[in-house]
Amino acid sequence: MTGTQARTPPTVAEQLISTVGGRVGDSPVRPDGTLKVKGEFAYSSDLWAEGMLWGATLRSPHPRARIRGIDISAALRVPGVRAVLTVDDVPGSKVYGLEFADQPVLALGEVRYQGEPVAIVAADQPETARRAAGLVDVGYEVASPVTDPRAAMRRGADRVHPTGNVLRHVPVRRGDVAAAAAAADIVVRGDYEVGMQDQAFLGPESGLAVPAEDGGVELFVATQWLHADRRQVAACLGLPPEKVRLTLAGVGGAFGAREDLSMQVHACLLALRTGRPVKIVYGREESFFGHVHRHPARLSYEHGATRDGRLRYVRAEIVLDGGAYASTSAAVASNAATLGVGPYDVPNVAVDCFAVYTNNPPCGAMRGFGAVQACFGYESQLDRLAAELGLDPVEVRLRNAMTEGTVVPTGQVVDSAAPVAELLGRLRNLPLPPDLPAAPDLRELPGGVSGTTHGEGVARGVGYAVGMKNVGFSEGFDDYSTARVRLEVIGGEPAVQVHTAAAEVGQGLVTVQAQIARTELGVQRVTIQPADTTVGSSGSSSASRQTYVTGGAVKAACEQVRAEVLRLAGERLGRQELGHQPADLRLDGGKVVSRGGAVLADLAEVLGSDAVERTVEWRHRPTYPLDPRTGQGRAHVQYAFAAHRAVVDVDVELGLVRVVELACVQDVGKAIHPDAVLGQIHGGSAQGLGLALMEEIQVSGGVVRNPSFTDYLLPTILDMPPTRVDVLELADPHAPYGLRGVGEPPTISSTPAIVAAVRAATGRLLRRVPIRPEHLTGT
Amino acid sequence: MRLTCTVNGQRRQADGVWEGESLLFVLRDRMSLPGSKNACEQGECGSCTVYLDGLPVCACLVAAGQAQDREVVTVEGLATGDDDDLDPVQRAYLDAGAVQCGFCTPGLVVATHDLLHRSGRPTDPEIREALAGNLCRCTGYEKILDAVRLAAARMAADPTAGDPAAADPAAGDRAAHRRLAGRLVGGAR
Repeated sequence: MTGTQARTPPTVAEQLISTVGGRVGDSPVRPDGTLKVKGEFAYSSDLWAEGMLWGATLRSPHPRARIRGIDISAALRVPGVRAVLTVDDVPGSKVYGLEFADQPVLALGEVRYQGEPVAIVAADQPETARRAAGLVDVGYEVASPVTDPRAAMRRGADRVHPTGNVLRHVPVRRGDVAAAAAAADIVVRGDYEVGMQDQAFLGPESGLAVPAEDGGVELFVATQWLHADRRQVAACLGLPPEKVRLTLAGVGGAFGAREDLSMQVHACLLALRTGRPVKIVYGREESFFGHVHRHPARLSYEHGATRDGRLRYVRAEIVLDGGAYASTSAAVASNAATLGVGPYDVPNVAVDCFAVYTNNPPCGAMRGFGAVQACFGYESQLDRLAAELGLDPVEVRLRNAMTEGTVVPTGQVVDSAAPVAELLGRLRNLPLPPDLPAAPDLRELPGGVSGTTHGEGVARGVGYAVGMKNVGFSEGFDDYSTARVRLEVIGGEPAVQVHTAAAEVGQGLVTVQAQIARTELGVQRVTIQPADTTVGSSGSSSASRQTYVTGGAVKAACEQVRAEVLRLAGERLGRQELGHQPADLRLDGGKVVSRGGAVLADLAEVLGSDAVERTVEWRHRPTYPLDPRTGQGRAHVQYAFAAHRAVVDVDVELGLVRVVELACVQDVGKAIHPDAVLGQIHGGSAQGLGLALMEEIQVSGGVVRNPSFTDYLLPTILDMPPTRVDVLELADPHAPYGLRGVGEPPTISSTPAIVAAVRAATGRLLRRVPIRPEHLTGT
Repeated sequence: MRLTCTVNGQRRQADGVWEGESLLFVLRDRMSLPGSKNACEQGECGSCTVYLDGLPVCACLVAAGQAQDREVVTVEGLATGDDDDLDPVQRAYLDAGAVQCGFCTPGLVVATHDLLHRSGRPTDPEIREALAGNLCRCTGYEKILDAVRLAAARMAADPTAGDPAAADPAAGDRAAHRRLAGRLVGGAR
């Protein structure tokens, strides 16, 4: 680690040694938990190195402008400043991107969104760097920004990029919608809107770049995907990938916002220029400009059904505002389109989803990734359909619920459990919270201790929603993970090392990896090596995929290690039967054990001082691209489902909402770590509550109006109600241990359930999230 | 300027402090105590909560000079001794699964420590009110409530639980925690 260290006891990246036990299905404590509760876990913003400089970024105040010139001389004259760089100093590719390289490392002749990086500074002190950045003189020729995505789609519209404003159009066509429309008994139409949500992880973008003796660079950074970062950083630095070595620093939450690069290239450029370690840490305001957000969406839906509430067709147009650069917009659009009718069996479908460039803040990955926006649309529609037909909202969903074997609009057959009806049924049977007491505690009322009501004018409502999400990367992406597993006997005790590049972002992947190794190799002591680029890619910690894919890789590597141990046992102990029938043997407690439990050999005997090590690249079943005209194709590897019930009290006079209780039923296939599953469901539900009631980056004229935690409101412990959770485990035969991705589904159905409850309490249509007080009072 | 104060029981001095610096910056970057986290710089998130003369404050809102000659306790000062030696509040956060990314944890641990030393067995509304200034983006707060209840129960059952020399109280209470978890996954099969 070339002289890098944190100043406090933990080193930059910890080896996490897990000895507390816990196999698949148990809930052991996290191996990084002790460090975290003591304040000793080294997050990316905590890093420090001898001789370290601080970096700062100058960003554009304008959403759209040409740059006539940049004068860095005043900034360079500030005492303590070591470097001031612009795009002319980028030696390799001037642009980067996850799917399309369209985003400049530093502004390239023009800026396309407010907050676009223009120049970077390294200085002895952070305040010096910030002040010097402010002295960089940029000549802007301000232009009128493109801010309305629907207008941007029109022929002849002002172009944000020369390639045109429609970044991707995903059509999905199934059956004959026109014929079905002519025959439908009832049609409901609705227009909906979703605001721009921020991931708002608590640990800001940060990292430390250290120049290396071979002309390369070491980067310690909080990210979701080390190898995707390395590919982009190396290209921009003009270095071969092996000269750019990344190690995961402690990650303070991610939720999609760390998929794209932020300060990575900047810190490396400054470190290579100055020959000194450079640390960059964003403040909260800068963080709002430093990462992509959830796409704002406009959705137009038309549902046609028979008189008894069976869906005959769905027509939908979904427009996602991608902002200034591509990020992952193309994949988000694919999700919104392919999941656009939700977990229902619909024979005739015409969905069109467009991702559009504007001069608004760039949007990309956030937990739920396109499925969130669509779910608000189709679930709002199902409630309207129920109301039109005089049916119970759960009943209309039950009549249309998809099942295993359903053909979804892309033509893909759902080939594992799809317990949509069971989720809803169980949800409906959960007990409801008690009514508001006659003399309630103020803290139990909308408005809380501000005392805006004592119960008068408060109406209660109950709402339901169900959603679906694809797990893993789709459309033919080569979605794999690499795991290296090593087994040896140390001091008479068997010990396993697991090494992957998979990003622990808080979800508990380090715990799960140790559980899997313990299960497969029957050892107590498991060490999780720091995630870095000295091992192959694990793919991204996103798309609810890591337990599936990296878990699958660790399992597969353990199986190879076990097979080799059994072979060695046969060879070395003259016990050929051990190697011949491995299926009947397992490793447990440092011994080779028969199915009947008889101890056949001791690992110390078999291995002596040798280690058995295997590295495996593991893939889930292949997926395939969508037909670009019809949207047909087996694009997804697995579907996951969750359903929510929300109970709310609304002060209808002031438009204040208090969520009284959330209930969630989710199928997880197999709960590898049941406690962590609950944690994902609680946390995902909270982010859905935020989108329903308070969270929105407010943008006008391309300018962000609320880039702070004072003005961007996040759910607090007072806003989150008790959450009742019921977990199903219906094994997916195609997945390791039968598991199903867990992280995203609870974020998807939480929002529409809360909105449905508020509609039930107020009778208002509520076409937009987040709901604002004036939507409820009509003022 | 020079700043002198007591931090986690030790007299500490920092030289060259700029007048605009916060106590949080001094703790993290001049005194090698990065346990208190910087997530908003506005006193909205509580990640930097420390004790100042026995009262919880957001260290990001305290100008460094205001700490002159005063006593600061950070998350690093709650537990003493080796790795396994945690304050009961820290132990409860770990055991209850209240830690995910952990960035909010130091602030929540200090705020909970303060609550439980003021009010031994707080009700749920009291817990919510006391922790309303601490944002968590991962957990939805449910397991944070579990952790506070667990810490309160352990401290009530064993008043010496805050004493580092006390025996590990976890055994019986882990069973209690499993019951809590069992209630929540009651429908699992």
